[in-house]
Amino acid sequence: MTERARNTLFFIAGPILLFLYAYAALNLPPWGSYRGPYGDAIARVVVYERHATDIVNAINYDYRGFDTLGEEFILFTAVFGVSMLLRKEEGSLTKLAPKLSDESGLSGAVRAVNLPALLVTTVFGLYIGLHGQLTPGGGFQAGVILATGIVLVYICENTGAFCRITSHSIVEVTEALGAGAYAIIGIAPLFVGLPFLCNFIPLGTTGDVFSSGTIALISACVGVEVTASFVLVVYIYLQEIIAGALSEEE
Amino acid sequence: MIWFGAGLLLLIAVTGAAVVCTRDVTNQVFALGFYGLLLALMFFVFQAPDVALSQITVGAVALPLMVMLAIARMKFRERVKSAASTPSAQEDQQ
Amino acid sequence: MPEILHSLPYFVAGWLLLCGLYGLVTSKHLVHAVVCLAILQSSTYMLLLAIGYRVGGAAPIFADIPTSKLVVDPVVQALMLTDVVVEAVVVALLLAMVVKAHEKSGSVSPNDLRTLRG
Repeated sequence: MTERARNTLFFIAGPILLFLYAYAALNLPPWGSYRGPYGDAIARVVVYERHATDIVNAINYDYRGFDTLGEEFILFTAVFGVSMLLRKEEGSLTKLAPKLSDESGLSGAVRAVNLPALLVTTVFGLYIGLHGQLTPGGGFQAGVILATGIVLVYICENTGAFCRITSHSIVEVTEALGAGAYAIIGIAPLFVGLPFLCNFIPLGTTGDVFSSGTIALISACVGVEVTASFVLVVYIYLQEIIAGALSEEE
Repeated sequence: MIWFGAGLLLLIAVTGAAVVCTRDVTNQVFALGFYGLLLALMFFVFQAPDVALSQITVGAVALPLMVMLAIARMKFRERVKSAASTPSAQEDQQ
Repeated sequence: MPEILHSLPYFVAGWLLLCGLYGLVTSKHLVHAVVCLAILQSSTYMLLLAIGYRVGGAAPIFADIPTSKLVVDPVVQALMLTDVVVEAVVVALLLAMVVKAHEKSGSVSPNDLRTLRG
């Protein structure tokens, strides 16, 4: 439809939506009066049943672990879609790229900070990923932190090092292994006679790093997969620009 | 604490409107980063540290990064096309 | 707690929803439309967290508080945690489509890309 028709439709439907939403919001219970049974029921039993102190991650990877498996595969499929859409085609413009060399280099201060920032980011990401069952954190956050550490290498103009780290096939294989390991951890209890995604590993003591059974294991697998996904997406977007910059240096 | 939360909610409403009203795409990236940080602060006030950590790493770092990558790739293509259509490049190709 | 604060988070979530929709409908650049979609998604986070809040509740981490203390709803937070990370990658997929559309047709305005060709 034309732009005019679209705008008119929005200016008719928008106020109706606003009115209905305001009516609904005014009839909700007041903000801050949560009475629901499930949150309190889970909070009462988590530390005793799973020896984990972080309830949110226990719910994510144990009580509702099937939903997280689905979300991880959404991530996997989206990265798959990006790599299909932006694949290298014949007749791409990379051979014309060397003519663009009019950009100034980075200052020395940024380059000097590269290595310390990378070290701190990597250690922090590993800490967050391993302590998912004790404190806020877990696989998803750790994966993103580690991926931004690798992007830091590209930002500080080490394009050759960035290419060597994200050598295409290793990152793809790592991502597939991370996603598959979650499914394998789910299928393994079936061989011992327990339900799918059951927490069948010994639970350990509360407060230890190696506690709460499969929660820590699944968190690590998800962290590996999310890191590889983000690094792969960044590499796919930057493929043409990097090819141009690398052939310039030769 | 309650008034701090209320003020933060109003600031989020204003920043959300500002992100939408920024029509230039490169400027919108920075507005999106600031909006992501404000949301993460709001999640802390709502007693949700896990979600706040996610929002800081994704909404303030990874999401603006993705948008900037797309813009950079589109601009790179435009520059290469305009460099290819200048007379010197056309002579090289003939 | 004053009367006005009983529904303020819900109204802010609704306002963000309307802002995102307005930006999406009247957008002249596809990347701007995708960013408005991200704003839409963040309004749902606001609504979900507001529903799960409990006045005087603590964060749902029992590392340093006794197990008998009242906490806010952890189920809603578990739903949102994965959602926040997956949103970024889905936005990357949408932006890949925008980049491809720009490559094939040379323009980024939604009005120029209405008919399917080929």
